[in-house]
Amino acid sequence: MENFKLDVDADGIALIVFDAPGKSMNTLTAKAVSELAEIAERLKTDEAIKGAVITSGKTTGFCAGADLDQLGDLSGGADLSTEAGLKTAFEALFAFNKALRAMETCGKPVAAAINGLALGGGFEMTLACHYRVVGDDSKTQIGLPEGKVGLIPGGGGTQRVPRMIGVMMAAPLLLQGKTMRPKEALGSGLVNEVVAPGGEVEAARTWVKANPKATAAWDKPDYKIPGGGPYHPNGFMMFTVGNAQLRKDTYGNYPAQLNIMKAVYEGLQVPMDAALRIETRYFVKTLATPQAQAMVRTLFISMQALGKGAARPEGVPKFEVKKAAVLGAGMMGAGIAHAHAISGVETVLIDVAQESADKGAAHVKDILDKAVSRSRMTADKAAEALARVHPTTDYSLVDGADIVIEAVFEDRGVKAEVTKKAEAHLGANAVFGSNTSTIPITSLAEVSLRPASFIGIHFFSPVDRMGLVEIIRGKETSDETVAKAIDYVLKIKKTPIVVNDSRGFYTSRCFMTFVQEGLEMLAEGIAPAIIDNVGRMTGMPRGPLEMIDDVALDLAYKIGVQTAKDLGDAYVPGATDALMKTMVADLGRNGRKNGKGFYDYPADGGEKRLWPDLGKVAPVKIREAEPPFVAHLKQRLLFRQAVEAARCMAEGVVTEARDADVGAILGWGFAPWTGGPISLIDQTGVAAFVEACDALAKQYGPRFTPPQMLRDMARKGESFYGGKGASKAA
Amino acid sequence: MADAYIFDAVRTPRGRGKKDGSLHEITALSLAVQVLQALRDRNALDTAKVDDVIMGCVMPVGEQGADIARTAVLTADYAETTAGVQINRFCASGLEACNMAASKVMTGEADMAIGGGVEAMSRVPMSADGGAWPADPSSAFHNYFVPQGISADLIATLHGFSRDDVDAYAVESQRRAAAAWKEGRFKNSVLKVKDQLGLTILDHDEHMRPETTMQSLAGLKASFQGPGEMGFDSVAIQRYPQVEKINHVHTAGNSSGVVDGAAGVLFGSKEMGKAMGLKPRARVRGMASIGSEPSIMLTGPSFVTEKLLKKLGMEVGDIDLYELNEAFASVVLRYQQVLGIPSEKLNVNGGAIAMGHPLGATGAMVLGTALDELERSDKQTALVTLCVGAGMGTAVVIERV
Repeated sequence: MENFKLDVDADGIALIVFDAPGKSMNTLTAKAVSELAEIAERLKTDEAIKGAVITSGKTTGFCAGADLDQLGDLSGGADLSTEAGLKTAFEALFAFNKALRAMETCGKPVAAAINGLALGGGFEMTLACHYRVVGDDSKTQIGLPEGKVGLIPGGGGTQRVPRMIGVMMAAPLLLQGKTMRPKEALGSGLVNEVVAPGGEVEAARTWVKANPKATAAWDKPDYKIPGGGPYHPNGFMMFTVGNAQLRKDTYGNYPAQLNIMKAVYEGLQVPMDAALRIETRYFVKTLATPQAQAMVRTLFISMQALGKGAARPEGVPKFEVKKAAVLGAGMMGAGIAHAHAISGVETVLIDVAQESADKGAAHVKDILDKAVSRSRMTADKAAEALARVHPTTDYSLVDGADIVIEAVFEDRGVKAEVTKKAEAHLGANAVFGSNTSTIPITSLAEVSLRPASFIGIHFFSPVDRMGLVEIIRGKETSDETVAKAIDYVLKIKKTPIVVNDSRGFYTSRCFMTFVQEGLEMLAEGIAPAIIDNVGRMTGMPRGPLEMIDDVALDLAYKIGVQTAKDLGDAYVPGATDALMKTMVADLGRNGRKNGKGFYDYPADGGEKRLWPDLGKVAPVKIREAEPPFVAHLKQRLLFRQAVEAARCMAEGVVTEARDADVGAILGWGFAPWTGGPISLIDQTGVAAFVEACDALAKQYGPRFTPPQMLRDMARKGESFYGGKGASKAA
Repeated sequence: MADAYIFDAVRTPRGRGKKDGSLHEITALSLAVQVLQALRDRNALDTAKVDDVIMGCVMPVGEQGADIARTAVLTADYAETTAGVQINRFCASGLEACNMAASKVMTGEADMAIGGGVEAMSRVPMSADGGAWPADPSSAFHNYFVPQGISADLIATLHGFSRDDVDAYAVESQRRAAAAWKEGRFKNSVLKVKDQLGLTILDHDEHMRPETTMQSLAGLKASFQGPGEMGFDSVAIQRYPQVEKINHVHTAGNSSGVVDGAAGVLFGSKEMGKAMGLKPRARVRGMASIGSEPSIMLTGPSFVTEKLLKKLGMEVGDIDLYELNEAFASVVLRYQQVLGIPSEKLNVNGGAIAMGHPLGATGAMVLGTALDELERSDKQTALVTLCVGAGMGTAVVIERV
């Protein structure tokens, strides 16, 4: 065995140490699974062994579960589109359940000594033990996060968790992939004992010695599912309501969550051995969906790669950011200062008046206080962080800063002025980053004395909750500056993507198409409730009309007017221009901020409702939406964004599909089930996507016309990511 | 095909479907048995001539399980040769049982058959039978399952029925039911339920609240707001995205009452009627069932009515009397809206909002009510229909002979 060491002590207790060779973290591989089966057989047949304790030999934790890069390996490399492939994958993936079940029924007590993080298959290994001891380390995470990346637990998790703690308690752990700290896990009933770190093995051994005969609860004749199974009156209600909640939460877009529900429902009605077969079938079924493949790729593999700086130009020494200056102490500037403060970066927060700067610092304090009140941070740590923020009006304090982030109004003049003031104090090695969301970086860099060090660093609001930073390379921006900007973004624990300069860059440009398509639908006479309900049903966080209410109608209107002016005669006015003019210029309906937009917002903070007179501005012609029409509208809203993302790829605004997909999901909440707009094109099949867009263009106009690059790809049978999923879809 | 005739119809009064209801201490079997015995005794039936007894029951578990129809046949001392079968078409079970009995006569399988139903809702509560439809995610998710009350509220939202509209309908149902009882319009069909000693324990519908007013109804809480917020509103909206928000208008006061009861209708061929000396009261002109979109669920009655009228070559105006089970007020209002049926022709003696809806029995009860009313008012044809779970609808047209 290469992953596990097994030593039997004088009492006949086997200590099994999981220590995967050549890795910093234990993960489950096909080899590790086959060794687990060997161990189970040995425990059963070796009469010298009276019981066993399983623990990890790593300091990094117990086990992080299956290596998602190796999923193909674990499923035996099968082609899941064929019947033979499904059989192969079932056999290969069932091996894990089989090994764990053999261990559970070996007839001897087995305890898990969980010395650090235990996630996914790692946690499932311990669930198949008869007893779990966890070291009380606040960094230790325990749980089954498979659902978050479009997969389902496949090592008995969907069966053992509800059998231990009931369906109600199991639901958030399985469906949302909620992870727990050791004490929470103890409270949930999924672990039996929490001990001081380092004492796990001893506590586990003590339990094994005291319990020479161990049988899982569900293997005893008097076993009852806590809270009841599906056809117990309580359980029946839980499933009935649970199914509705599942649709409410997922809009039917996430096969993993539905398959988890099915596995639990069906599995709880049969004995464990059959239940595990059912789970593995749903695991394979889920794995075969394009959603799972796309979500694993974007939300795990790509996100992890970008989080490690995959987009960073090579050959530039690591850039250490110790001190930063933030220009402009509004919501954005304060949010950025907060990100600095909690990452150990000293920050001068500069505004025109001391009062404004202080207000920014107060906002930082608010965010920190909230974290403390929710026990996400200690009061001491919050105080230390706040002490790193220095509100001021004095530009000379920029001296010694490694980076400047400009976060003032979207006004060229103001930006030019603060750029000059800050650059006067900036060291030669420092980076100047502008947090503009709309103005081309190359044009802003014109006033800079050092355009090679000038770069766009676009944060998203609210900064403390949004994980993405869009780095925009201007025409003059050097590779070195890009590398430094990435190092900076990683330092403050955000995910960087790198794009090239263009109006609206990548994220704002694509996001606006979603909102604009909603306005087009409204102008066409589609009932507003249909537009926003279908908008949400696509998997976007909100519908386009409520989204534009939040952004502010007057802002969108002004941008439209400015664009019309800029383009002059070339501008073709559309139906939505008149609509926006009526809403903003005639009626003063500016959106949520003045309590009236497409919706009315009651002053008492009550629930918003569609403005009853909206029909007078946009007469309703389509009042009903049957499923085929809903599917058509969903396609419009998603494909409009995807075709824009494809144009960004074709124009070189984004060069990596990975950056486009991660940026879309983290930046503007693009439907996560798709894995991002480029993944959506791949899973649709490039040729099918081109065909659908051509049909949409014929019906609605050239905004749907696919770029030539897509036509070329379709002709050659290419896809963005290559590989099985894409070519199969095409 | 032979004609099927109705010779008689009886029902129990409806007991409040709670622990303090008069029929709570009477078994479901006893209710079914008393109905069968009443049919036998009123008509001096030779039960050996009854080929089959079909009984609707929506919760066929516990005491209502194991084919309560055959159990009742044997316990009522019918001839051993009389078969019995329990069926379930949710709320239309009682009517479906009658339609099946009529069909058996029409095809010649039976010369005489009884259709009916039983539901002791205070004893075998709703949901007691479980069922994959709402619980199995493969079904619930795929079919946008919502409870019926959400469907009723969805109908009100989509078709513009306000809380006042549905409450006004409920007040009228109570008024009509009270007037009908006062005038003795049900006396021909309602039997007295006897207790274990053979003493009368209930002789009237005890769910009625004739004192109901708009004011008294206005104070009632919307029953389905809570389940709606738990997630069912979202399910309904995902199927009907034109709805911004579900308007929860249904309450215990404008929805059908939970009650205990049983009913039976005696069908037979002309020849068998003659041989047995029975006078035919009505002829079955036609029957139909239909399926429609399951999450709005309760709009089936207009579809099944259109289907049946078309089959019979009839128009809406050709029917003298309509009985549509008052599952929820919006169901009836929508039916009226679609078909343009005047209020004077529809549920003229009130309905389940006032008197209650013993699920498996109601269809047979309202068929009897329609027959009695045709005779009382000297009219010719009646159409009886019910909305049914999962989007179905069942109907029959009868005419006097």
